[in-house]
Amino acid sequence: MSDCRRQWNREDELPVYLAGPIPTGQNLRKTYGMFSSVEGAFESKTIDFDQYAVGRRGSRTPRSGSRERVLDAGDPVGKTSSEGREGSPTDSHGETDDVRPGVVVTQSSAKESPDGESGRLLIKGGRVVNDDQSLYADVYIEDGLIKQVGENLSVPGGVKVIEANGRMVIPGGVDVNTCLMKPHLGAQPADGFLQGTRAALAGGTTMIIDHVSPEPGQSLLEAFECWQEAADKKACCDYSLHVDIPQWNETVKDELELLVQDKGINSFQVYMAYKDVYQLSDSELYEALSFLKQLGAVVLVHAENGDLVAQEQRKILRMGITGPEGHPLSRPEELEAEAVFRAITLGNRVNCPMYITKVMSKSAADTIAQARRKGSVVFGEAITASLVTDGSHYWSKNWAKAAAHVTSPPLSPDPTTPDHLNTLLACGDLQVVGSAHCAYSPSQKAIGREDFTLIPEGTNGVEERMGFVWDRAVAMGKMDENQFVAVTSTNAAKIFNLYPRKGRIAPGSDADVVIWDPDSSKTITAKLQQSTSEYNIFEGLECRGGPALVLSQGRVVYEEGELQAQQGAGQFIPRKHFPDYAYQRVKSRNQAQSKQGVTRGLYDGPVCDVVPTPKYITPSPSARTSPTSHQPQPIRNLHQSSFSLSGAQSDDYIPRRSGHRVVAPPGGRSNITSLG
Amino acid sequence: MAFQNQKSNVRAAVGPTEPSRARSTGRTGINSVCFQGNRLIIKGGKIVNDDQSFYADVYVEDGTIKQIGEKLIVPSCVKMVDAYGQLVIPGGVDANTNLHTPQRGMHPADDFYQGTRAALSGGTTTIMDHVLVEPGTSLLTAFNQWRETADQKACCDFSLHLDITRWHEGLCEELETLIKDQGVNSFLFFMAYKDKYQSSDSQLYEAFGVLRDLGAIAQVHAENGDIIDEEQKKLLFLGITGPEGHVLSHPEEVETEAVYRAVTIAKQANCPLYVTKVMSKSAADVIAKARKKGIVVYGEPITASLATDGSHYWSKDWATAAAFVMSPPLNRDPSTPQYLTSLLACGDLQVTSSAQASFSTAQKAVGKDDFTLIPEGTNGIEERMSVVWDRAVTTGKMDENEFVAVTSTNASKLFNIYPRKGRIAVGSDADIVIWNPKETRTVSAKTHNLTVEVNILEGLELRGVASVVISGGQVVLEDGKLNVAKGSGHFIPRKGFPDAVYKRIRARSKMAEARGVPRGNYDGPVHDVISMTTSVPPTPTTRGTTCPKTQASLRNLHQSGFTLAGTQIDDHIPRRSAQKIVAPPGGRSNITSLS
Repeated sequence: MSDCRRQWNREDELPVYLAGPIPTGQNLRKTYGMFSSVEGAFESKTIDFDQYAVGRRGSRTPRSGSRERVLDAGDPVGKTSSEGREGSPTDSHGETDDVRPGVVVTQSSAKESPDGESGRLLIKGGRVVNDDQSLYADVYIEDGLIKQVGENLSVPGGVKVIEANGRMVIPGGVDVNTCLMKPHLGAQPADGFLQGTRAALAGGTTMIIDHVSPEPGQSLLEAFECWQEAADKKACCDYSLHVDIPQWNETVKDELELLVQDKGINSFQVYMAYKDVYQLSDSELYEALSFLKQLGAVVLVHAENGDLVAQEQRKILRMGITGPEGHPLSRPEELEAEAVFRAITLGNRVNCPMYITKVMSKSAADTIAQARRKGSVVFGEAITASLVTDGSHYWSKNWAKAAAHVTSPPLSPDPTTPDHLNTLLACGDLQVVGSAHCAYSPSQKAIGREDFTLIPEGTNGVEERMGFVWDRAVAMGKMDENQFVAVTSTNAAKIFNLYPRKGRIAPGSDADVVIWDPDSSKTITAKLQQSTSEYNIFEGLECRGGPALVLSQGRVVYEEGELQAQQGAGQFIPRKHFPDYAYQRVKSRNQAQSKQGVTRGLYDGPVCDVVPTPKYITPSPSARTSPTSHQPQPIRNLHQSSFSLSGAQSDDYIPRRSGHRVVAPPGGRSNITSLG
Repeated sequence: MAFQNQKSNVRAAVGPTEPSRARSTGRTGINSVCFQGNRLIIKGGKIVNDDQSFYADVYVEDGTIKQIGEKLIVPSCVKMVDAYGQLVIPGGVDANTNLHTPQRGMHPADDFYQGTRAALSGGTTTIMDHVLVEPGTSLLTAFNQWRETADQKACCDFSLHLDITRWHEGLCEELETLIKDQGVNSFLFFMAYKDKYQSSDSQLYEAFGVLRDLGAIAQVHAENGDIIDEEQKKLLFLGITGPEGHVLSHPEEVETEAVYRAVTIAKQANCPLYVTKVMSKSAADVIAKARKKGIVVYGEPITASLATDGSHYWSKDWATAAAFVMSPPLNRDPSTPQYLTSLLACGDLQVTSSAQASFSTAQKAVGKDDFTLIPEGTNGIEERMSVVWDRAVTTGKMDENEFVAVTSTNASKLFNIYPRKGRIAVGSDADIVIWNPKETRTVSAKTHNLTVEVNILEGLELRGVASVVISGGQVVLEDGKLNVAKGSGHFIPRKGFPDAVYKRIRARSKMAEARGVPRGNYDGPVHDVISMTTSVPPTPTTRGTTCPKTQASLRNLHQSGFTLAGTQIDDHIPRRSAQKIVAPPGGRSNITSLS
């Protein structure tokens, strides 16, 4: 396998499919013929971790010198991008007169000191880029924390020194939307926590927040523990968890409270789509939002009108369209924009911070931008796929390729969408870039080969996220490096209350640091990725910018195409409730918006008599089975008496009140117990 | 018989002492010297249609306009109406009234008789009333009931909309009967009034699809009932029980959101949509934007939203505050009326109506301890035309032709009674108003023709008054006197597929065929999925029900990758063994090139 890879280093020996289209244009995609998967994609990518873990520590010090050898030795870990960057200055770090020499790791003392194990590191000569400013400074790291940032630092001896050579030193990426364990019809994604976080690290992302997806009826706590257990065993980088709320009831409330108070979860996802499975009605959403607001959590919304999606799906299947193109046809852009609008309305009414996951279309993004202009506390998340590619691929003749793009909301067929979303991201109307990484293999996708509604939804993107934001936004001149840091890590860290532990290079922050190489360039292909999914939806796209070196928890985990991640190294990062970034405004609005009635004298005029009417019966959920034409009609003679009544009245559902139970104390509800 | 006696004579008009509100008989009993009765000539006025204005005389016979022009040759002994210096406009069409809709068992204080009487006095000669079909009752029964009542009482021509409160597919037959045989082509759905009238998105989508096929117009009462319900509960918990709670629980956004949703659903179903009662700026904006995107949607501001704002909900006088209660509520933003008028003038909103539903103070007082019980509705049927003239034409926002368009012509076109109504043309119904743009009148509950005690426009001075109103060829208002006959109004049937609306819809139905991609069979590996549970027919509504507690069987996803229990997201879709290819392979070139 490694031999094969090494051969690609020589241009003349490139396989036909690589040699052809790539140099001609940046965005050309290659096809591999109908239904064929990417060549080499089925090769085993499993890593022998025993071997790896043993070799890892020993290889740390001499790594810079022996990189090629490591590759040659067949270590399957470091297979990412050195080939893609052939000829780039990063590989020619021997040339001292190079303007941008590669990152050089040296040990200041001659031999490996035990201190190396405690993780003392000095990043020298880099430009530290935070979301607010950039400055030239050295960064000293010890015990997985950034201890000092500045020039002329006094550091103890025996410190491993990383020469950044003027490159950018940025906070490690925070990917707030991954689904590494979300089952679909019992099938686990191809990328579990191990593969997913490895891919994340290789792309410069040092923290993920994964979605816990309990099934309706399943206990949230159980699901959470199950996810946490799996992640603790497997995750190579720090992680945190969102919890999806598949249904709304009283039990859920207790569990939510527990999750927020004791488990360090402050974000919950609700669904407006997936009718009859996850979808919550507006009333339920309102209740859920009110409750979550009291808990101080951020509400994530999957915004699509599930009712209409279900109807459209039926229609499209009736028309005989069963391929993946039915997916975008049944989920048109309007349904997303409508649901976003409704979600924001609900959020405004409840005064609860909303976070719209996966903004895929222009109109949905515009809706968010407008709402923010009106002062709504709402955040929008673009994902890798929506920033890079569009929905035209659903019409691909290659079923596997078309199916690989299936995600919800779907990629918009409008080819100008990625550009528009990048622009909004650059100007701050969208705040966060996630990946929505949920990779299924073509065989798993093929579950829905005869019915597009069964295709597991999800695309890859965790590995390519940072690179493509750089390529599409920074390299294009839309945003600067500081905004780049903001959208890839800082904003997410702020919204989900990880800041400044994550998302900032400052003393006291976690040592999740990336040395970013803006000049590197690689071509995305499933063969060279860390993710195990056999199909990469970005196949063949060229991407400028990539991590030169990644530090996670103070350890070098990725350097120049060589990944040294350690399974299970990732820790769960608990997140406190009431994140300031989202809740400061909400709190003051709570105080400002308290409603007051008008004090009036009692109305003493005549009052019309109302005959008490029978209680209205909740409409049966399926009215279809009871067509009225076959029912005997209660005929109401309206002329007999003006007060005779039959049937239900418009307010029967409102109980006649003799007194009001006041649940909320007038001074505002600061503690949760008052919710009853 | 009413025809003969009803005719009044200008010269024989009785003195000012005669009470103009002679309600006992509904007619003044002044007979004309001539008994040819139905002949009438309007002289010297400026005829204003929605497209142009010109000076001409109008000759009316048998309730129809027979001739238009100068120096008409007419039989002798024709009643002459003098319109010198005034405008001759088509009689107003009020597309939204509730003169018989009961709330909490109470019928409005102003029924078909008083309501149409007031309409005529304000220059409106056709009303379209809403038939509220209680959940579970038959559409036809309700329709017949309304029709019967109106036939007995209405003084002007009327037509009926049907309000469908619970949609199910069993209604299709009745709808077809109504549209094809009974002359109803518009149906209203409620997005508010949770657990009572509210329709879910699925229901709306289904219903809109059926209406489109039958050629009808979907109307919506656009407010998010789920949110309102929650807000009402919250406000009552907070101890706010007065009418201000109404507006607090029906915030503007809730209306806007529902309008947006309704537009989205209508777009998906490719069904024309008519949004009743546009009360807020943002809701109007949503409609305007949707129209710019090409969606077939119409918006209707009402008298109240054009003339006043929601500050009165905070009035210290409970009766005043309660009189303003309606849904969606009047907006607190005092610039709303002006804004809506501007949109009306530029064509972003198309129709003005009154949403007349007046309840007496005693009836409103049912909700004196709980604002959610206050019957909803305001007056406005009488002042509508004057309000539009005063707010839009005298301020220079629109011209007289636009005025005619928004008060009658547009509504007639949308609901397919054009050119019978809404135009002064040979062959049209003789529903004519002589409009005096110079006169002013002051609105007051003491002088209006309704029976309610509070007029929400009390004290407002309005320029522009109907000086003579001719309905069905009969002069019903002249010299400030109303000569109406109870039961003289006719039902105006409306056919399906109104051209103004459906031409575009038809063309789009042809265009909108989605096509699949012809592919070979996928021959790669397929992940196994074991034991799909049998499909459960999808329920049309989930919105009304409480939390689904059906998923009792736990799915342990970690025990085995393939065990399944419970319903799945796509159970309702039958598995297909063969792929049917709809689109021919030679089809869309842009698709094939993507592979």
